Amino acid sequence: MIEFLNKLFGRHSSGATAKERLRLVLMSDHLSLAPEMIDAMKRDLVDVISRYVEVDREKIDVHFEHQDKALAMLANIPITGVNRNGGNGTKKDDEAAPNAGQHHAEGIGHAEPVEARPSNVEASPTPANGNGQRRRRRRKSTQHQNGAAPQTGSPAPAT
Amino acid sequence: MHVLRQAQDDNQPDSTSQQVSLGRAIVITSGKGGVGKTTTTANLGTALAKRGAKVVLVDADVGLRNLDIVMGLESRVKHHVLDVLEEAVGLDEALVRDKHSSTLYLLAAAQTREKDDVDTEKMRALIESLRERFEYVLIDCPAGIEKGFKNAVVGAQEAIVVCTPEVSAVRDVDRVVGLLGNAFSPQLIINRVRAQLVKKGKMLSVDDVNSILRLPLLGVIADEPEVIVSTNKGEPLALRTDSQTAAAYHAIAARIAGEDVPAPTVEYKESFMSKLGAFFGGRK
Repeated sequence: MIEFLNKLFGRHSSGATAKERLRLVLMSDHLSLAPEMIDAMKRDLVDVISRYVEVDREKIDVHFEHQDKALAMLANIPITGVNRNGGNGTKKDDEAAPNAGQHHAEGIGHAEPVEARPSNVEASPTPANGNGQRRRRRRKSTQHQNGAAPQTGSPAPAT
Repeated sequence: MHVLRQAQDDNQPDSTSQQVSLGRAIVITSGKGGVGKTTTTANLGTALAKRGAKVVLVDADVGLRNLDIVMGLESRVKHHVLDVLEEAVGLDEALVRDKHSSTLYLLAAAQTREKDDVDTEKMRALIESLRERFEYVLIDCPAGIEKGFKNAVVGAQEAIVVCTPEVSAVRDVDRVVGLLGNAFSPQLIINRVRAQLVKKGKMLSVDDVNSILRLPLLGVIADEPEVIVSTNKGEPLALRTDSQTAAAYHAIAARIAGEDVPAPTVEYKESFMSKLGAFFGGRK
């Protein structure tokens, strides 16, 4: 009864605050204690995104931040080009990673031969719009626009 | 923590394959200091011995010996665990018999030595030899997760983690449980619960702590002055029969022994008026 009234009036006890804070801190403790898991997740994340766009694997930054009442994963993944035929989920470009950085300024429109890059990227003859610009994609669990932005370029928040 | 897993692997088969049935070595740990590990060890040892079990308490807090004074046995201690490990004296010379129970013994920690002086492998062997002679070997683990912790857990097959309803204690227990890994089947004792504060929402409840740590709940101990009084006197509370808190220790001992005891709770009866007062007084 009293508990109900307290809820009704939006009172928040320090016990509840303690529980909430603990929940968050333990999540981030567990994450920081499992670097292999973070690396594996980062790899998988990039593999999936790489099916659709070219990304600069060297400059990927994934970290976690406390945000209000949630723990957010912030992934900063520089996009170096757009895969026009993307989305078929067949591309696996681990071996192309070291070269990813060098053709980002060209976009994908140029018929310039791209070595060590199989699949459908160079097969696309038409210029992509928005090329020549390094894009940044940000993924997060909550709608926030703050956070570290170490690189220049127009932010493109993921939806 | 590889050492710990090894310990588990080595010890597990013994209890089933050997003809002489070995006792259970249970480490009482918490990560954080000051949550009541030593008091818990003393009371559980006393409660288990009251049930007629042969029990030895091992103080693994080398350099900060305290189990002897909580048990009221400080004047009887002549030798300590390092004397035994270094074979300066035999085990029988170092074991101190309890004042009240003929089946309860204490192996004190060395006060003037350091945790690094303990040889982990010898400690494992010592716990093993104690298991041959006692049904329960309760190991009072020091605070921290360094060498002292490793030495305390190396010979154990089970762990009891003691936690108070505070954010720091819960976080440390979570860490310790992570370090223990899949071994030791840790069980939780929530100590120093103040039912009145829980009721007012000013303290983490048993359910709160449990929902975060997700460990089997072995027992709940209320924060009662009589615990402090008993420690002052060196007479573990579990010796008494007229105390609710003592009853909680006995319930834990029964659970450890495998009895099906109803779920632990800490009750606080409050009048409606005081509830109303608390409501209008607001919460913090």
